[in-house]
Formats: sequence, C-alpha cells, structure tokens
Amino acid sequence: MEIKKGIAVSPGISIAKSLVIDAEDYRIPRRSIQPSQRLTEIQRVKNAFTNAIDELTKLEAALDQTEGGKIKDIFAVHLRFLRDRNLKKKITDLIRSELVTAEYAVSTTMREIASHFTRVKDAYISERAADIYDIERRLLKQLLGKRREDVEHLTEKVAVIARELSPTQTAGFNKEFVKGLATDAGGRTSHTAIVARSLGIPAVVALEDLTEIITGGDTVIIDGNRGIVIVNPDEQTIQQYEEYNREFLALEHKLDEIREKPAITRDGTKITLLGNIEFPDEAEIVLQKGGEGIGLYRTEFLYLNRETEPTEQDHYEAYAETVSVFKNRPVVIRTMDLGADKFTQSKRFAPEPNPFLGLRSIRFCLQNLVLFKTQLHAILRASVLGHVKVMFPLISNLQEMMQAKFILRDVMEDLDEESTPYNRDIKIGIMIETPSAALTAFTLARDIDFFSIGTNDLVQYTLAVDRGNEQVSTLYSAADPAVLRLIRTVIQDAYKAQIDLSVCGEMASEPEFIMLLLGLGVRTISITSPMIPEIKQIIRSVTMEDCNSVARKILTMNSERQISSYLRNAARKILPEAF
Amino acid sequence: MRMQTGHDSLEKVACETTVEIKNADGLHMRPAMQFVDVASRFVSDITVSNNENTVDGKSIMQMSMLAASCGTRLKIKAEGPDAQEALNVLRELVEDKHFDEPTPKEKKTQ
Repeated sequence: MEIKKGIAVSPGISIAKSLVIDAEDYRIPRRSIQPSQRLTEIQRVKNAFTNAIDELTKLEAALDQTEGGKIKDIFAVHLRFLRDRNLKKKITDLIRSELVTAEYAVSTTMREIASHFTRVKDAYISERAADIYDIERRLLKQLLGKRREDVEHLTEKVAVIARELSPTQTAGFNKEFVKGLATDAGGRTSHTAIVARSLGIPAVVALEDLTEIITGGDTVIIDGNRGIVIVNPDEQTIQQYEEYNREFLALEHKLDEIREKPAITRDGTKITLLGNIEFPDEAEIVLQKGGEGIGLYRTEFLYLNRETEPTEQDHYEAYAETVSVFKNRPVVIRTMDLGADKFTQSKRFAPEPNPFLGLRSIRFCLQNLVLFKTQLHAILRASVLGHVKVMFPLISNLQEMMQAKFILRDVMEDLDEESTPYNRDIKIGIMIETPSAALTAFTLARDIDFFSIGTNDLVQYTLAVDRGNEQVSTLYSAADPAVLRLIRTVIQDAYKAQIDLSVCGEMASEPEFIMLLLGLGVRTISITSPMIPEIKQIIRSVTMEDCNSVARKILTMNSERQISSYLRNAARKILPEAF
Repeated sequence: MRMQTGHDSLEKVACETTVEIKNADGLHMRPAMQFVDVASRFVSDITVSNNENTVDGKSIMQMSMLAASCGTRLKIKAEGPDAQEALNVLRELVEDKHFDEPTPKEKKTQ
C-alpha cells in the first residue's frame, strides 16, 4: 500500500483498477508486468513493428517523386530498422528477462541506441540519434495509440492514471467506465480537472511521480475530496473508504433535494445559475442538478474526437441535441477555443514557441475562415431550435471583436441566400479573459450583447502564470488583488452599458468566492454541473447585504493571502458544513 | 586483400577480408543501409568488426552502431555457400564505390 498526496480537483471517491496511459512526448517510466503477461507484451511489440512498417510504407508511397530524395532515404532507413530482427529481438528479450511493459522496453532500447550515437565524435554520425528518436516515437505511437483505443472500448470500470491528460485523450473516454482520474502534473484548472468535474468523477492532480510507482491493473483509491491517492490499499483501508463514500453520497443526495428550489439570496435577490458543458450528453446532467441553462458550451470536443475536421452537419447535430434538452432556456455556444494542443499545433503549423501567446482560439478562427464559418453556419442553423446565443473566446481588442461579428453577418447572408431559417436577432457575446479586454471593456460593451468573464485565462494572463506548471502554480490565484480589480472594472462597465454579464470560470464554482462575486454585482454564474447544488445552497444562505460588505472589505485589501483567508472565514461563518 | 578459405565442405566456406571506409561522411545511416541491403542478398552469415565489436552485417541497428568514420578499417567475415561472392561485392561497395558518396578529396573539389 502506498499513499500519495496531490491536489483534489474534482470531488468524490473511486475505488477501481488502474489503467495507465503514457504519452510519447514524455519519458516512459519503468513499469513491471506479471510473468503471465510476457507473451501479451511481446505480441504488442510485434504488432507495433508490423503496424509501423505499414504506416511508413504508405507514407513512402505517398511521397511525390520530385520531392523524394532525402526524405525517401530517411524513410528507407527507418524501414530497415523496423525490419531489423536484431532490434526487435533486443526489445522482446528485455521484456522476457526484466518483466517490463512493451512501452518501456521499446523506449529504453531505442534510447540506449541513440545515446550510443550521441557519444560518437564524428558530428555527422552522432546527429543520427535523431533518427533513432523518430523510430522510437513511431513505435510508441503505435503502442500508445492502441492503449488509447482501449480507453474508448472499455468493458470494466477503471481509474485512468497518466502523466498529464490532453483534450485529445479525454475526448475519446468512454464515460460509462472511467470512474476516476489521477495525474502527475496539473493544477486546479488543468484540463484533467475540468473534464473530471464536468463528468462528475473524482480527480487528483499534481501527484508528481504516481505513474512511476503504479502498475496497470493495480487497485487504486482516488479521494477527490482530500487529494489522496492510495495504490494497492489493504482490505481495511478499502472498507474504510467504502464507508466514507456512502456518507459522501448521502450528503450529495441531500444537496440534490434543493434542485427544484430557486437560487435566491435570503433577502430576495435572484441569481441565475447555468451549467458549463463539454459534451452534448452533459446537458441532461445540468438539468438534473438544477441548472437553468447552459452558460458555456465548449465546442472543442468536436475537433478533438475525430480524425478529420468536423462537418457543418457534425456541428449542427451536437448543438441540436443540446438545445433540444433546454427548449427555450439559454444555451451559450462558444466558438472553437483551441490552441496549444495537437489540433492547432501539429495538424496545421510548425509548433509555436509560445502557444499560449500564439495563434489560438479566435485568432486561429480569424485566420482559418472556412473552419470558422462552418461552425457559425451550424450555430445559426441551430438557433431556431431554442434560445441559442453565440460567444467568441479570447477577444483581446476591438478590431478582433468587430471582425468576428462581421464574419457572423457574412454567414447570415449565406443563410439568407440559401433561404435557411435562423434567428436574425441572435445574441452575440464575448469572453473577457485577457487583461486588454478587461481594461477596454467600456469600449467593447458598446458593440456587443453580453460579456462572460473567463476567470481561468484572465488569471493566467494577468498574473503571467502557467496554471499547469507545478513550480509556479501557487502564484495562480483568482484572489489576487490585480485580478479582482480587473473583474470589478468589467462588471461596472457592463452595468453602465446595460449589457448582460456572467462569470463562467472555475472561480465561480469555488464556494468561497460566491459572496464576493455577488457583492461585486454578478447576477449570473455558469459552473460545472456537479457544483450547482452546492453553490445554490450557498446563495440561498447569504444576504446581499453580507455580500456587499464582503466585497467592500476585500477591495481595500492588498495581498492575495489576506484576501484568501478573509474569504474562507466569511464563507465558513455562513455555511460551516461546506468547508 | 587477405583471404582465407574454409577447410570443411563447399557449403561451409568461411572467408574474411579487411576494408577501409573511404567516403568522407563515414558509415552513417544511408551507407549502413546500402551495406545491409547488399549483405542481405546472400545466404551466408556476415559479421563485421572494428577493434572493439563484432556485429551482424545484416542488421542496420548493429551496423550503424559501429559508427565507422572515414579511414576506419573493418574486418568483414562471411560464412556460408556464397561467402566469397558476398565478400567481393561488399568490398566493392565499400572501397570502389565508396557508397556512391564522395571521398574527402572529391568533397573538397566539389
């Protein structure tokens, strides 16, 4: 039994067998297997070689004769390596003698060969190590790709363990069987955390070396309430956790009872509580939890869970499914917000040196108009099915916003020409998630119907902190006075211009921030569905008078630490059982 | 060229020769590939050694790991029915054709 402490990012308890997913971008940790698994792992290596040869042969055949030359030579060399019986034997021998996984055997063997090259004095020859790394990645891609397919075709409940999970990986999850997530890297707002919360499964991140101490198939307890992961727990621990889980579920059930009750403060101020979703089938969960609509419909999964770009019909069907659940309640569809991921980085461009400040999100859309218009066309077409709004992410200046609106008008004209019906008065909004947008909110508000504050990116860009980097993630805090001042500016400017405003980042789903946000003037909150009952409970326990006084007090404070502890204390007084 | 004829039957001829790498860039990936391709055409077992290691002449992994630079001398050993022919063709590839690549001299005049 081994106990690891990390950061709890999604509540709940899961006790399940582990499924470990490695990534070809990271060093593959040494992972042991049972003697009985030897033949399976050896067969996996053989299949990986066969499939890699097939893939490479196809790539080679597709090469234009004219551009051939050098690349053809490289492919030819790689093919010789893949057909080299000595190489394959070296790898399978390692599995046989050391009892390690196919991934580890491939990776160590290839790296051993590569390091042999880098030691050679002759520069021309030592550069060949790059070829060996290429071949390693090619083989790992086959092995890991198969693993990822395994996650899509699960037949028993598992906890997924990984170094880090990317949107591409999580988009393919079979939600029925993935019962918990735990990763070495990540923070409260990492992709893993967001996905886990939206699926309502427990997750713990920042576990540092979990993937190195766990072996696929080990039983693992993921405690998403306390941030603990227990590998191979003993019988007594399992029993304790089963008991604890029953209590936890009972409390959740109690919160579910307030589902039908409105989100109103004790002194009568109505707050609108909406849900954030990623997949259409989550819409139903938002309703079950008492959400009044969708305040943030992330559409990235459409681009990530398939090999080719989604068609207009793919978009339309996903939107229609969601909108039909909500009938006339609002559904805010956010246009594609990708960047710093496989879709924008490797499919289209050479990797950017600084993707978070690069061509992502609305910037990517404005440079890929066909892709952008395809999505807008589908959103407009779906707009007659219910109360659809459209929202543009990562706006950083007025020109960008006007350009996006202009393109939307363009697509409307296309629909007019096709005589396709759509809602001509569809509400158009933008995310406020860059400091530049927050500081110019007054100007932006004149030409737009609503704002939605995306606190995750706003905090990251304001404080210049990468939220996924464990070494600096403690600097990442929505309670920083700089962030709060920007948020207040946006709220005031929206109020002056008489436009709608909501908060849709993680900040709004953290109980201690609710009084502050209400006190600053927020009346619409969009959060992940599992958090809706708890946040509603808080809203129903406070008065606007309390909230206003919390906000006034906070605005006089100058340190993040002071603000955080003040907020925690204030919330604890109102609702002791939530903390 | 040194040559040694096996003393068993004709099927088990073993012979060896020593060659010198003549092309400027040495035995990098592409020449290693050519060597392996040629060696693989023969049924004889073919091994190649420098001072430290002896490797399988039909394995690109092992051949490229020899990392023989220009001027390195390699001992090629063949054992099998077509051993002699294999050595002739391989010697020709390394020393006469120098893998269709320039020698240091030719490289300078290019």
